[in-house]
Amino acid sequence: MPETITIEVWRYRPEQDSEPAWDSYEVPLRKEWAVLDGLNHIKDQLDGTLSYRWSCRMGICGSCGMTVNGEPKLSCSTFLTDYAPGPVRVEPMRNFPVIRDLVVEMGDFMAKLPTVKPWLVSGDDEPDEDAEYLQTPVEMDDYKRYSMCINCMLCYSACPVYALDPEFIGPAAIALAQRYNLDSRDAGAEDRRDVLASAEGVWACTFVGECSVACPKDVDPAGAIQRYKLTAATKAVKDLLLPRGAR
Amino acid sequence: MTTKRSPEPFAWLLFSAGGMVAALLVPVLLLLFGIAFPLGLLSAPDHAYLASVVSHPITLLVLFGLCVLALLHWAHRFRYTLYDGLQLKKYGVPITICCYGGAIVGSVVAAVVLLRAL
Ligand code: SF4
Ligand code: FES
Repeated sequence: MPETITIEVWRYRPEQDSEPAWDSYEVPLRKEWAVLDGLNHIKDQLDGTLSYRWSCRMGICGSCGMTVNGEPKLSCSTFLTDYAPGPVRVEPMRNFPVIRDLVVEMGDFMAKLPTVKPWLVSGDDEPDEDAEYLQTPVEMDDYKRYSMCINCMLCYSACPVYALDPEFIGPAAIALAQRYNLDSRDAGAEDRRDVLASAEGVWACTFVGECSVACPKDVDPAGAIQRYKLTAATKAVKDLLLPRGAR
Repeated sequence: MTTKRSPEPFAWLLFSAGGMVAALLVPVLLLLFGIAFPLGLLSAPDHAYLASVVSHPITLLVLFGLCVLALLHWAHRFRYTLYDGLQLKKYGVPITICCYGGAIVGSVVAAVVLLRAL
């Protein structure tokens, strides 16, 4: 194994660069080093001006998403040795405006997420504060997978539909809506339907499936979307055929 | 963001149904009539027998259903190929008319061809 590897980093500092440019750095190649460790080495030892986001270093916080050799990855869970002998190209996540270097603007997702009400909606008008809402393991299995989302945005970065149509509410927002729709304690499915079943909701998706390939937590947002398409289509047929009371 | 209900669920249901029947029936038909019979792997039924099978109302209905749904499947897929693949979404209305119109024309042709077998 070579001792070092070259990391090529996409740089953009709006106050001094008129255009983005590539900077190359030579960092130690260690078995246990992820791309993020390489970037931290650059920041600490070589070039303190490099900007990027990270926090947990263990695939939990979802803040270190980047494009590594063209693929959307969590930089803390992507190992340098997998790219030896290099170079490794690190770019900001695609499909988002860049604020600086590898830092992107996520305001669009932050604005969309609450529109699908990603919280438990109570069916009771006056919920009993002390009541327990029990759930069997089988009921939990219905939505557990979708609850693993860490809001890393890799799925948006991978999605060609989102690239073409930024109005699309996107894979993670729909997976998170399904996380609550499929929860036996939730009564909010009808509230979420206007957004989910709109043209910019599930119907914008053409089932390319790249979101599920990119997802580091195996959430399978593409599956969540397809599943909701069936739910929405069934409801649409019922709306058409049945009188209001019988739906 | 618009929250208007869209007609998309119906297009999608027909698209899904078309994909499913086409995936189930077309390979069987192709295998039989494209490979097995011409190569003599299976002895081919004679013309009179086939004609009587095809002119049975149930066969006609199944074949017609297959043609219509497969064409609607194509219409949906081709529409999105034009929208996203060629990035022509701004021409959404004429594209939609051409795709689904094409599927309807194709269905009429299928009906005419099938009814001739009667
Ligand atoms: S669905 Fe997966 S890829 Fe998308 S934000 Fe959640 S964890 Fe990240
Ligand atoms: S640093 Fe938290 S997920 Fe990578």
